Amino acid sequence: MNSQAPNTRYIARKRRTQEDKRFVTGRGLFVQDIERPGMLHVAVLPCPYPRAKINNIDFSAALALPGVHAVLEGAELAGATNSLFGGLKTPGVKWRPLAFEMSRYAGEWVAAVAADSRAIAEDAMELIEVDYTPTDPVIDPEEAYQPNSPQVHPEHGSNVLYDGEFTWGPVDDDFAAADHSLSFRARWHRSSTVPIETFGAVAEWDEGKGILDVWASIQMPNYADQIAASLGIPLNAVRVHQDVDVGGSYGVKRGIKHTVLIGYLSRKLERPIRLIEDRLDNMGGGDAHGPDRIFDTQVAYNSDGAIKSLKIRALDDAGAYPGRGPFQLGKPIAAIVGPYTINSVHYEAISVTTNKTGQVPVRGFGQAPTNYMLERAVDKVAAALSMDRLEIRRRNFIQPDQFPYEQPSGTKYDSGNYPAVLDKVLALADFDALCARRDEIRSEGRLAGIGVATCLEPGGGNNMFEYLMNPSAEITTFMEGAEARIDGEGCITGVMATTTSGQGHETLVATILGEELEREPDDIRVIHADTLTAMPTRSPVASRMAIMLGGAITGAAAKLKAQIMAIAAHNLERTIDQLEYSGGDVFDRNDPSRKLTWKEICYIAHKQFHRLPEGAAPGLQAQHVWQVPLGGQMPDENNKVQLYPCFSFQAHIPLVEIDPGTGKVTLLEYFIAHDCGTVINPDIVRGMIMGGIAHGIGAALYEKFQYTPDGQFLSATFADYLMPSTFEVPLVQDTEHCTPSPLTSHGQKGSGEGGYLGAPAAVASAVNDALSVRGLEIDQLPMRMSLIEELLNGTP
Amino acid sequence: MKPRNISLTVNGSERFAEAEPRVTLLDFLRYHLGVTGAHMGCEHGVCGACSVLVDGEPVRACLMFAVQAAGKSVTTVEGLAGSDGEPSPLQEAFRDAHGLQCGYCTPGMLIAAQALLDENPDPDEADIREAIGGNICRCTGYVQIIEAIQLAVTNLREAAQ
Repeated sequence: MNSQAPNTRYIARKRRTQEDKRFVTGRGLFVQDIERPGMLHVAVLPCPYPRAKINNIDFSAALALPGVHAVLEGAELAGATNSLFGGLKTPGVKWRPLAFEMSRYAGEWVAAVAADSRAIAEDAMELIEVDYTPTDPVIDPEEAYQPNSPQVHPEHGSNVLYDGEFTWGPVDDDFAAADHSLSFRARWHRSSTVPIETFGAVAEWDEGKGILDVWASIQMPNYADQIAASLGIPLNAVRVHQDVDVGGSYGVKRGIKHTVLIGYLSRKLERPIRLIEDRLDNMGGGDAHGPDRIFDTQVAYNSDGAIKSLKIRALDDAGAYPGRGPFQLGKPIAAIVGPYTINSVHYEAISVTTNKTGQVPVRGFGQAPTNYMLERAVDKVAAALSMDRLEIRRRNFIQPDQFPYEQPSGTKYDSGNYPAVLDKVLALADFDALCARRDEIRSEGRLAGIGVATCLEPGGGNNMFEYLMNPSAEITTFMEGAEARIDGEGCITGVMATTTSGQGHETLVATILGEELEREPDDIRVIHADTLTAMPTRSPVASRMAIMLGGAITGAAAKLKAQIMAIAAHNLERTIDQLEYSGGDVFDRNDPSRKLTWKEICYIAHKQFHRLPEGAAPGLQAQHVWQVPLGGQMPDENNKVQLYPCFSFQAHIPLVEIDPGTGKVTLLEYFIAHDCGTVINPDIVRGMIMGGIAHGIGAALYEKFQYTPDGQFLSATFADYLMPSTFEVPLVQDTEHCTPSPLTSHGQKGSGEGGYLGAPAAVASAVNDALSVRGLEIDQLPMRMSLIEELLNGTP
Repeated sequence: MKPRNISLTVNGSERFAEAEPRVTLLDFLRYHLGVTGAHMGCEHGVCGACSVLVDGEPVRACLMFAVQAAGKSVTTVEGLAGSDGEPSPLQEAFRDAHGLQCGYCTPGMLIAAQALLDENPDPDEADIREAIGGNICRCTGYVQIIEAIQLAVTNLREAAQ
């Protein structure tokens, strides 16, 4: 099947996006561009110690500084607000915007100043005297897991937030019957997707209306709900304006603590309050670090390369304030065996708390580390059997005729053709020539390697893993809503229910509305409803918007079309099935002169009640809210349940060279083939994949939030936290395949995460291929230059 | 500290405001003059989101004080459009190649690319990588940005012929 969906006008066609014009002309509206009359600015004071008792905070000098309106400490805030939302049932773990009684990581905010300008607020911050008693922190996650380690949250009684075991299928039997087994440890160190725009928010309490208006750089489900719950105000007293452009998020823009802090201050001072993180606030105290995971994995396999069973123990360090972070151990259950016919899995997932910045959902929601571990396992089996890395994948792939394929944890993969995608990337790479090039580099005495990795990208967001990890969270609804309207002049407006952060949702809505109504997408207006006017949503997470917003707007378009056809039938005195819809006009199939134009129909709908069919409401507007496909089921007695509906697939082939003297890795080539079903906008999908790969290259080679053993944070600036630039990312070459999903409106699947799920594994595979000639191997990310150099040349 | 009077040219217009000597050019543009195209990213000169042209040279507006820009000519992303207000060929090429996603680093990328094209109308891929090598983008992986600049080069060359 080729990449073009059949018979489409706009879908899958190369077209400009709706969003780009405002951004290239400097007209985006980001939260830093929001100005409100009388707005005050907030700065926050970080704690210098990894763990300390707060004895006293003296802010009298700060408060006396001209231009300062308030200084807030944790005690006041804790007394006036509820602690922030946590995903697990851990009532002893209290997360607050400002530390209360005890601070739990170096960089945690202990006080906030509201002043006429950020500069004055920062001046005031320097006048605050905090009396701390530092105590021993716990930094290492394995130490944190030990019962006698210092407790981050003494009220919780342990540093273990979650420790759950799942067995899907006959694991012991499969291990006993297999010819061989191997075990290894893989380490994914702490990093994140780190948007260039930090988190920021403006809150404005209107006492007259009793509404808290919020403008924020946010990408999070249930943001308004969490604000209301923490401030103790009704949900309909919070209005989040979602037409704020978000300067990148990739999962991490979740500044709930910031928003509660400024929401409280706005109510207290009755002034608009703004908090924009500076880079130090963001990196050190923003509670936006990603997974930090140790895998201990055992693999059972046969001599012919068939992988039979897995035992996985994943220990994740959620930092001091986990939020929804621990659920990132749950999402990978959706594709726990990857694209392979592995028969059974034992999975132990452990989340511990340590004295580090809190964890936040990151692109892929925990799947990138898991896929890295899984692909390492496959490479290791291949090496143990002296089998080709492509061959072992081919032998274990789920075959195209096996879909829908139910994998051991109960999720059915919807569709796919993994061998075809692998063949496409090999053809694109001219794989034999690529191998020859690698070997030529090697023959010159240098180190070179080719990576092979695949990944499944679950898309759509059915988060029943939350229930698996916390049965008190009996939530089975994972919906998305949208609205479409046609005005009396025939102009179309699509209304979406969330913010957007670079994924091109406005283009998505306009393209599908245009396709369904056969009207030019460029003329369709797409707006973002605020949270009081929006349809229900679960927000743009989980590679879900092409699937879920696409489905919602398709449903709304179908309802509109039905209204149009009813009006036409009534006025043309024909039955609907005698009529044909074409480009918005409707005519009698047997007598095309008997016709109503788009403009006429829209005019009738809005202005001529006497021409409407009986019972029809004036106007043309429709809302559609739908549940995620296959969602709504509770797990069975074996903890089997459908997670996510749609599964995209990618195959990655990079070529790297390693400088044997310095350990520096250079990506010489990078090839990818991907299959996300029907592509709505090719440029957007391509950008998602390219950007995800760059994130993955960063996680594989450079990016690490480094702490000293005693808990000081070393990566608070962009000079210390290294991200790939144009010098590190090659011109990735891509090709696509299309296996439509049977579950979605146009066969589309998700594409926002796959690049980041596959690239770390692919780069690791390439580096290890290069190192293999020296008999060396690295099973941790990032594989920084210093690490490789040390491995190659011994400790300096 | 006592505010100073600062006057400079921004996108061809004479502008004037008071600011303390410690105010950066970036904050001055954004919060004293209301010119919001340049963005705050890292505030220590690494990411390039705040890039502007000062007397034609690309500069990190977060690393320059406003008082240092007094009397100079500053061009921000808003100033790249033609006198008719239409997007420039470079801006159009970014749209055609989808050389952006969230739009946050985009003003800095456009400024860096414009500075390159002003100096070298026929850059190769290595020149382009070098020119935007100090601008971090987290969305695109740079591929479509490089393609956008290459497209602009081609379009400008064809228009010149």
